[in-house]
Amino acid sequence: MSQDLKPTLSFKNVTIAYKNSLALENISLDFFKGSLTAILGPNGGGKSTLLKSILGLVPLESGEIKKFSSKYKDIAYLPQQTEIDRTFPLTVNDVIAFGACQAKGFFKEINQETNVSIQKALEKVGLKEAGSRSLHTLSGGQFQRVLFARTMLQDAQIILLDEPFAAVDRFTIEDLIKIIKEWATEGRTIIVVSHDLEFVQTYFPQSILLARRVIAYGPTEKVITLKNLRQARQVSYEWEESNFQDDKTMQFLKNDV
Amino acid sequence: MMYDFFIEPFNHYAFLRRALVACIALSLGCAPVGVLLVLRRMSLMGDALSHSVLPGVALGYLLMGLSLPAMGIGGMLSGLLVALLASFISRQTVLKEDASFVGFYLIALALGAILVSTKGKNIDLMHILFGSILAVDKASLILIASITSVSVLVMALIFRPLVLECFDPIFMTSISGRGSLYHLIFMGLVVLNMVSAFQALGTLMALGMMMLPAITARFWAREVWSLYLIAILFAILSGFLGLIFSYHYSWPSGPAIILVAGVLYLITVIVGPYGSLRCRHT
Repeated sequence: MSQDLKPTLSFKNVTIAYKNSLALENISLDFFKGSLTAILGPNGGGKSTLLKSILGLVPLESGEIKKFSSKYKDIAYLPQQTEIDRTFPLTVNDVIAFGACQAKGFFKEINQETNVSIQKALEKVGLKEAGSRSLHTLSGGQFQRVLFARTMLQDAQIILLDEPFAAVDRFTIEDLIKIIKEWATEGRTIIVVSHDLEFVQTYFPQSILLARRVIAYGPTEKVITLKNLRQARQVSYEWEESNFQDDKTMQFLKNDV
Repeated sequence: MMYDFFIEPFNHYAFLRRALVACIALSLGCAPVGVLLVLRRMSLMGDALSHSVLPGVALGYLLMGLSLPAMGIGGMLSGLLVALLASFISRQTVLKEDASFVGFYLIALALGAILVSTKGKNIDLMHILFGSILAVDKASLILIASITSVSVLVMALIFRPLVLECFDPIFMTSISGRGSLYHLIFMGLVVLNMVSAFQALGTLMALGMMMLPAITARFWAREVWSLYLIAILFAILSGFLGLIFSYHYSWPSGPAIILVAGVLYLITVIVGPYGSLRCRHT
């Protein structure tokens, strides 16, 4: 894979603690321009914390995160869908327009140019005619498409997606994957948190197995191995046994190991 | 006949006209704030805040007598104090925000009632608790109108960040990091509007002008701007009808207005076009 030598985003010995317990320990990672990386690992393994640390939303205990980006804040973040109220009285266009606030701030008018970008984004996510529909009429998959359109409007060099395919139908997943790949070929750096092993194996060239520290990191076929998964499970035993009831990654392991 | 019942009283009495103008101003200020309180799922918080203005009002009353500006400023200070203390407690201890708010507003309510009773006659306590919209004078009308103007302007100015903060707070922090600033400005507006509503409706009823039209509008509109508009219309209608009933049947004006708003709400729950009992699935 051809990459610039200089990473767009790099972690150097980063440690993050929540209320006296370590959430992430001594993380060193590099992300390159145009790369497509999945982060997997057991619940409580620090996947979402890693994304939040890139955004600067959690304080670092030690180490540093370097961002080599032209603009000051050039990161788009798509939170987990479950955290959003889908009955909120907004139209699809309203939601997508929020994406433009990142560059323009909150107080400029939404001009013709923005409207054109909104329309383009709608077409890309396959909701060409849906602009004036209100949110509550959308299915889970359609709603996720809208959030992807909003992410497009942010036009960021680094894109962080937190569980973008949970509660989304197969058909939508395939469309969204296409969009993610397109972003990567445009030279954006993409980091996706996912629970789903098969999924990561199918679509993501690189991945990181995270269980509070980096268990493995590199090409996906070398990361997702029995040995690494066993190790992740071993480590996660230390913090929570109940993990195994509801964690898909670990469930997969149980059948397997 | 209709004219005699609905229009003539206003034609005849200046104090009724002033009361009506006060109601319209209140509606313009309170209804949009109420809509956002509902969308933020902070209805109960608003309730707690509205009671917490009482000790400040009582102190103002003790020091200056039945002076609306003194009671207004006192109420605002104690409202803000309770808001700050309650969110401090909920951040620093095991209590969640709603519980810590309830703790403080009960203290505030009890303290306020005792403060008023140390000096006042019962009639004053009634005035403070239930308001006296029919006694709104020029000074308090100007105060109400000023608060409404500030409120409407600020709400328009921070409309976008406020709605986004409410809809998707995590996304908001990821693009701006200033979500809590807008939240604070908004809480300030809630207290301000509470103070202006208390002048007319009393501390017990003040919240009614904010919440009832807002939750009624939820069944009529599907976008934030139309929610605002419909909430304002319902608030004005309640104010108008409430004053009429209050005049003809000599009901206390505050409860009359809120009761009309409540009846409109109940009707809407059944027949409203969106998400009501009649059309549950839309």
